[in-house]
Amino acid sequence: MDLLAQQLVNGLFIGSVYGLFAVGYTLVFGVLDILNLAHAAVFTLGGLIALWLVEAWGLSLWIAFPAAVLICGLLGLVLDQVAFAPLRQRADSNFSGMISSIAMAIIFESAALGLFGARTVRFPAGTVSVTVWRWEGLSITSLQVEIVAISILLMFALTQFLNRARVGKAIRAVAENDRTARLLGIHVDGIIAFTFFISSALGGAAGILFGLYFDSLSPDMGRSIELKGLAVIILGGMGSIPGAILGGLAFGLSEVLTVAITGTSNLRDAVAFTVLFTVLVLRPSGLLGRKKLREA
Amino acid sequence: MEALAQFFAIYGSLVNFIGINAILALSLYLTLAAGQLSLGSAAFAGIGGYTAGILTMKLGVPFLLSLVAGSVLSGVVGLLIGLPVLRLRGVFLAIATLAFGEVVRITVLNLDITGGAQGLVGIPNHTKTWGIYLALAVVGYGIAKMRYSRLGWCFESIREDETAAKTMGIDTTYYKTLAFVLGAMLAGFAGALYAHLNYLITPREFGFSVAVDLLIFNIVGGTRSWYGPVLGAVLLTALPEILRGTGITAGPIRMAVNGLILLLVILFLPNGLISIFRRTGNNPKESAAAISEEA
Repeated sequence: MDLLAQQLVNGLFIGSVYGLFAVGYTLVFGVLDILNLAHAAVFTLGGLIALWLVEAWGLSLWIAFPAAVLICGLLGLVLDQVAFAPLRQRADSNFSGMISSIAMAIIFESAALGLFGARTVRFPAGTVSVTVWRWEGLSITSLQVEIVAISILLMFALTQFLNRARVGKAIRAVAENDRTARLLGIHVDGIIAFTFFISSALGGAAGILFGLYFDSLSPDMGRSIELKGLAVIILGGMGSIPGAILGGLAFGLSEVLTVAITGTSNLRDAVAFTVLFTVLVLRPSGLLGRKKLREA
Repeated sequence: MEALAQFFAIYGSLVNFIGINAILALSLYLTLAAGQLSLGSAAFAGIGGYTAGILTMKLGVPFLLSLVAGSVLSGVVGLLIGLPVLRLRGVFLAIATLAFGEVVRITVLNLDITGGAQGLVGIPNHTKTWGIYLALAVVGYGIAKMRYSRLGWCFESIREDETAAKTMGIDTTYYKTLAFVLGAMLAGFAGALYAHLNYLITPREFGFSVAVDLLIFNIVGGTRSWYGPVLGAVLLTALPEILRGTGITAGPIRMAVNGLILLLVILFLPNGLISIFRRTGNNPKESAAAISEEA
């Protein structure tokens, strides 16, 4: 029983990182209707850049974290300008945008390989001081609590920003209908670029937290979360922020539960992808998504 | 003649891989021809490869029969998956086929009969270079012929505008499923050839990144006619060797070159490299006119 409870708690921790990754993923889809497959590469670069700032510059993680997140946001701007902006007027921009994002993913991943090497690396010991709390047989580390706190804080900030801030409202207007938004005087291209900035910054933040949580970073660590992130945003409903958060938590829990029930980790991903497949066939709009007229 | 033999001794396996990749690229092309973006081709190749490999290796089934069995089983799975999934459009279809592919890969990874993560080892070596290229020629000819048949025009109309095609009385569900099943069968066939080329196959060879590679072959070559995917497969499979020839050996650079080629093609040649040869290829209207003239 204790073991199960411990697993559930672990599922919540990793689920919050999945949620953070998926929120950025789904934000771009909500605004542009484009699947940005380079998101996972930015995630990887986020973790590696933070590590580089800590190791080579001797920065404290509390400075390296926001700096790496900022750099990832800038990468998002590059992504938008190079891979998406030139295709925007094209009739098949959903398709060609996805392809060019694959191209950028390959380029980013090769950059990660070239700059940081193919090894698996980790944050130097003592980058964060870890205390372990035990309670009724459960053990929780301060690092886990910090990861969840940072994830929830960022996701909460994003939701508030989209609902209340002027720019956030503009993002939602562009997501609703970019032509009308343009007529209303919204600088649509600027808003889209800004959306990429936020999305990639959040992806990078997820990468750093992921690297801290599992204590390992490698140039191909984005591969597995790329597919999981897709599963999360489909489960939650493409373009839905609360859906992505809930989907992330559900996914984290389903992973640990599968391991707990079957006793092996082999089937962990199979359950996830079966769920994804079933959701797509039975309810393509996801749990919290709304049906869009464009696709009907 | 001696030079040819020497070339073959060095590059023989590369030549084989190019042929297999070209057939695989064409299997995805069949699905794309009807406007359906699938990321499941690699999984279908895996189904065909494992089926044929197990049949010849463990049951002593003749090679040709195992090729047929691999294609048919792959096609049947394609039918079962295609019927529910093809109601989805665009990226949603891509994601669903991707999920299917992952489920196949993980299943193969966990079964005993497939050899798990070590893969299926000891598959007899039956596939010959001439066999691969004979198959490629037949498939290429068939697809080229199909393009101007009733079937080809049905695919084309669904790809251009599914709603309009339906309005014209085309049974879109039937043709979409047909394209998907044909693609699955061809992928299964290519997988079966591949299994008998290599002595062993592992689940990793049929994963997500392979599915993406097949898509890249199609995009870089061009999806407006059958030789586009073949061109893409030839060029990109040979690229690492070409780069090695020019002295670039670092892995990251090779990878970056791959990415750059894809990016440049999608930005500047939306109809792929074949549109360089066909000067009208960039404008959809003009290329449609060019096609009807050729026909």
